[in-house]
Amino acid sequence: MDLTAILQLYVFVLAGFVGFQIITKVPALLHTPLMSATNAISGISLVGSLVAAGADRGPVSVTLGLIAVTAATINVVGGFMITDRMLKMFKRDSRPGPLSVSQNGSPKQLEQRS
Amino acid sequence: MAHLLLASGWEATFFAASAPTSAVREYLIQFAYLAASVLFILGLRGLTAPDKARRGMQLAAIGMAVAVIGTLLHHEILTYTWILVGLVVGSAIGAAISIWMPMTAIPQRTAISHAFGALAATLVGIEHYEHLRHLGGAIGGIELAALGFEVLFGSLTITGSLMAFGKLQGLIPSAPVTYKLQNEINIGLFAFAVVLFFAIVFGASDSGWHAAAFYAMVGVGLAVGVLLVLPIGGADMPVVISLLNSYAGLAASATGFALHNNVLIIAGALDGASGFLLSILMSKAMNRSFTNVLFGAFGAVPEGVAAAIGSEQKTVKAVSVEDAAIQLAYARDVIVVPGFGMAVAQAQHQVRELAEQIEKHGGEVKYAIHPVAGRMPGHMNVLLAEANVPYDRLFEMDEINGEFPRADVALVIGANDVVNPAARNDPSSPIHGMPILNADQAKSIIVLKRSMNPGFSQIENELFYDPKCSLLFGDAKSSLSQLVTAIKGL
Repeated sequence: MDLTAILQLYVFVLAGFVGFQIITKVPALLHTPLMSATNAISGISLVGSLVAAGADRGPVSVTLGLIAVTAATINVVGGFMITDRMLKMFKRDSRPGPLSVSQNGSPKQLEQRS
Repeated sequence: MAHLLLASGWEATFFAASAPTSAVREYLIQFAYLAASVLFILGLRGLTAPDKARRGMQLAAIGMAVAVIGTLLHHEILTYTWILVGLVVGSAIGAAISIWMPMTAIPQRTAISHAFGALAATLVGIEHYEHLRHLGGAIGGIELAALGFEVLFGSLTITGSLMAFGKLQGLIPSAPVTYKLQNEINIGLFAFAVVLFFAIVFGASDSGWHAAAFYAMVGVGLAVGVLLVLPIGGADMPVVISLLNSYAGLAASATGFALHNNVLIIAGALDGASGFLLSILMSKAMNRSFTNVLFGAFGAVPEGVAAAIGSEQKTVKAVSVEDAAIQLAYARDVIVVPGFGMAVAQAQHQVRELAEQIEKHGGEVKYAIHPVAGRMPGHMNVLLAEANVPYDRLFEMDEINGEFPRADVALVIGANDVVNPAARNDPSSPIHGMPILNADQAKSIIVLKRSMNPGFSQIENELFYDPKCSLLFGDAKSSLSQLVTAIKGL
């Protein structure tokens, strides 16, 4: 085994640990955005496809590269946009005061709205 | 004139001295990748708190842009035409999907997106393999191992995700498909993949059969993907989607090993760890092991249970909209338990309207979210957030289970197995031991239900026969709208 491979293995294992540590702290509330975010990030294969599509290694390479760039870009752009769209929706309760107050105030609210 | 000469002279020296510039380029690329990796990690860390999450994801997106721009400096890239075409077309499709797709379709979109990511990784692997063969000479064993993993994980994620997409979208029946010798065939294929893997790594890479073995590996991966998801029922989708998420990451990581590219390794490892962790959490929430989900063909009706349903005649209590409305309007504590049925009926907006009406009458509404409610982890949270339910009203199972005994009404909307007391009481039940929401401990229970058909897992739910429980039959969306109107009229 050459040294590069060993170093790559280090990078992989340590990054996996970092990922594990962070993701255990993500609340269940955000598990769907988390998945679409990691999905967008795994579109990093784009980086590999770019070289294939641009390196002029013949028509087969370019075709494979082009499809790969397109697919990975769908993944990246779609993933980040949808994650943002989801996260935009998560809002804290903006109503003033705790809920118990509204038990007395509710008839008034009802009149105002109807 | 002199000026022009000077300029061209400068250019000439700039390009002639290609050795130092290519080193500079390489440094720039590597620093871009380092920055991208850091930004990805910071971005994911943002997701640990809802109010920091958007900011975090923007950092991660910047990281992706930095990685792409860095790569464009790569000395092997000579033409940018096709890159540009791919980027533009991909961005257009990706943006279109994410703008117009309804939130209820998030699981499908995630599944198909995994397929796209895996397709990219697989094609990059194939291209790289062909390139290395074309260069001639022996390909290193480590590179071959990485390429083998890359195309195996990549191809099985492609078909697996497409299958999951088909099941979630209703293109293929989502009921588990089982056939004779299923596990034997799967194990056989797996063994074949292992043999191929060794052939690829240790075989002579310039021989014709080596390429055959390599493409056979792709074929095996594609077949495994189909067979892996075929026997898995809709209710187990959260585990499968998480697992495919993890595989897509591992494929990206393997690409990184093959291309000696650290940002790919890191991003893939983050993704792989995340998907793996989520699938463990989902399995735990169903009290099942990984192997059980993958090989158990769960939704296939256990015959004993089906027989038991037929033999016992129990009665359920149906309730009218008016009576249910009165019950809800005068309740002080209401806990809503949403399930996949709410997503199917797209009833999340009506749920919020109903909650507003209950709150106007002085009640308090909370939402109890089971980890596997819906078809992917966190599915219910997103739908309710879309309907403007504040996220501090959404409670995880452990947080809210203690509050059910104090609740006047538990309103179960399109949820079934996650409130089935059989998970606690009946050791013979297939879901025995699965942690559930204690809706049965509420003072009264109202279940919105389409019909008396058992739920997705085909398991009878004894909650419905509880004397405290009343059922409001009909489509969840229209039932909820009727409830809102009825409460307004009170």
